[in-house]
Amino acid sequence: MNRRKILQLLGKSVAAGAFFKLSTGLAQGKIPQGATEPMKTLGIPLREYGERSEFEQKVIRYISPNLRSRHTGASFTPLDQLEGVITPSSLHFERHHSGVPNVNPAEYRLVVHGLVSRPLIFTLQDLKRFPSITRTYFIECAGNGQNGYRNPPDMTLTATRSRGLVSTSSWTGVPLSILLKEAGIKEGARWLIPESQDAAAYIRSLPLEKALEDVLVAYAQNGEAIRPEQGYPVRLVVPGWEGSIQVKWLRRIELTDTPVMSKDETSEYTDVMADGKIWAFTWLMEPQSIITYPSGLQQIERGFHEIRGLAWSGFGRVRRVEVSLDGGRNWKRAALEPAPDPLSAVRFKVNWAWDGRETVIMSRATDEKGNTQPTQEEFFTRWARNNRYHYNAIQAWRIGADGRVVNGDRTLAGAPAQLGAAGRGGCGGES
Amino acid sequence: MRHQWLSVAVLALSALVLAQGRYQIGTPLTEQEVQQWNIRPSILANGVGLPPGQGTVDEGAKVYTAHCASCHGATGEGGAFTRLVSEPFPITLEVDSVDFAVGNYWPYATTLFDYTRRAMPFATPGILSDSEVYAVVAYILYQNGVTDGSEPMNAQTLPRVQMPARTLLQLDPGTQKRFPWLKLP
Repeated sequence: MNRRKILQLLGKSVAAGAFFKLSTGLAQGKIPQGATEPMKTLGIPLREYGERSEFEQKVIRYISPNLRSRHTGASFTPLDQLEGVITPSSLHFERHHSGVPNVNPAEYRLVVHGLVSRPLIFTLQDLKRFPSITRTYFIECAGNGQNGYRNPPDMTLTATRSRGLVSTSSWTGVPLSILLKEAGIKEGARWLIPESQDAAAYIRSLPLEKALEDVLVAYAQNGEAIRPEQGYPVRLVVPGWEGSIQVKWLRRIELTDTPVMSKDETSEYTDVMADGKIWAFTWLMEPQSIITYPSGLQQIERGFHEIRGLAWSGFGRVRRVEVSLDGGRNWKRAALEPAPDPLSAVRFKVNWAWDGRETVIMSRATDEKGNTQPTQEEFFTRWARNNRYHYNAIQAWRIGADGRVVNGDRTLAGAPAQLGAAGRGGCGGES
Repeated sequence: MRHQWLSVAVLALSALVLAQGRYQIGTPLTEQEVQQWNIRPSILANGVGLPPGQGTVDEGAKVYTAHCASCHGATGEGGAFTRLVSEPFPITLEVDSVDFAVGNYWPYATTLFDYTRRAMPFATPGILSDSEVYAVVAYILYQNGVTDGSEPMNAQTLPRVQMPARTLLQLDPGTQKRFPWLKLP
C-alpha cells in the first residue's frame, strides 16, 4: 500500500468519524506515570498446566437459572466474548442427559458387533494405533436458536443465548469406516446404533452410508484429550449433523437392518411442522449466522466498529454472509476468515462507522448448496410455532440512539409463545 | 544382514495386512462375550430385543409411585420433570410443547420400555427388574388412554400397541431424498 492510498483511506475514515472515539478512549491526564505494577516484581514461575488470566475468569458458559437439575439440559458457549473460529475446549457448549460420566481410559472399551463378520473389542490404545485424521468441524445442538421460538421476542437475549449451542473444534480420531471394515460389514446392514456409557446409556440410529462417508471416532479435541463434557475418552463426530447424534462416551456400536427409534429420535429431536406433521430424522443442520459484536446487551459508542460474527452450515461450506445495517433493506457482503472449510464455522467481518442513529443490524448466511437463512416469517411457514428445534431464522440486533444493543427480532402475529414451563431442562437448555 | 531379513519380514507382514484390507487391530469377541457387554440391548420397534417377563397396570402403579412420582407427578401429570401423561391429541399448533407426552407425541410403545430400562429412574438407572419396567410401561400407556389395561405388557403385547402419534410421524423429506431406501418402522 503506497502513501497516497494510506492518506486516502485515512481521509475517508476521518470523514466517517471512524477513529474519533478511539482517540478519546482515554480521559485527559490519565496516562499512567512510571513503571506499571507488573514491572516492579517477578512474575509467576513456570507451571505444568496453563491457566487463563485472572482477569478473564468471567468468560464462562451460560447456564439457565431456570434449570431444576444441572444433570440434564445445556450450557451455552459465550459467543459474544470469543474471537476467531475455534472454541476453547473449556467453553465448548454442553448438552447431556444424565450428567458427565467419569471414564477411566485404562478401562475404556469399544465393542463393534451385530451384523459384522468379526465382533471386535478395542482399547483406547487400539483406537490410537489406527491411521488418524484431524479435521475442524462445528458441532451444533438441534435446539440451538430455541429462544427464537419465543413470541414476543425476549428483549434480554444475548448472542450467547441466541446461538451459543454451537462450538467448533479441531477433532482427531480414526475414521469409523476403518473400524467397520476391520469388523467386516455383513450383507443387510443398513444402520448403526451407537451407545453411550453415561447414566442414560444414550443411544441413537445412524445410517451406515453416513458412517462410511465422514464419521470420526474421535479421541482428541484441539490437540489434547477430549474434555469429559465432550465425551472423554471417545465420541462420535458426525460432521454437519445435529449434535445429539454425535454420541459421546461411546461404548458400543451395533450394526442392524433397522433403526432403533430411541427416545431421543422420537419424543425429542423430532420436529413439529406448520402442517401439523412431526418430522423424524431431521439430522442436517441448516445454514446459520450470528452477529457476535455488536450484539444483545452490549453497549457501543459512535464511530468505527468491526461488525463480527460466526456462520456455518451442515450442508458444506459457507459460500457467503451478508450483513444489513438498515433493518434488512440493503445487504452487503461480509469478509470471511479463514477461507471456509466444509462443515466448519467461519468468522465474518464488516467495517462500519456508526453515526449514532437508531438502526437494526442483521446477518444471513448462504451455503455452497444455495441454502439461505430465512426471515422469521419465512421460517414459520415451514416449522410450527410450538416446535423446539432447528431454528435458523435471521437474528436481528437493534441499536438504540444511546448505543444500547437489544434483540431486534419482530413480534409475530398470533399466539404468544414461551418455551414450555420453567425447569424442564431439555435440549435448548432454557425451557 | 539380520536387519535386512527383518525388513523383508516386516514388508511381508505389511503386505499381508494390506492384502486383507485390515490392520489386525482389536480383539475378536465371541457372541457370548458380546452379550456380556451388551447389558441393555436396544429394543427395536418390532419388539426385537424385548426380554422375558411381564407386568400389569396395577403392578405398574406401585412401581410408579415408588420410583417415578417424585419427578413426574402423582399420576404422570408432570412435576419437577417431564410430563408423561397428556390429553390433547392430535398435537396442534396451539399445544404448548410442555404438553408433548407419551400419549400424544411418542410414536412407538417399544421406545418407552427401551428408555425406561436404559435411563430411569434418573439418579439410579438400572435398578428396576425387566418385569417392573413392563409394569410401569403398562401403567403409563393406560394412564394416557392408549391401552385399556386389560392385558399385561410383555414381549408379545407391547410391540402390538398402536401409538396415536405414529399417524403424525413422517420422514424428513430431505433425509428421504438422500436415503431413498429409508423407511420408518
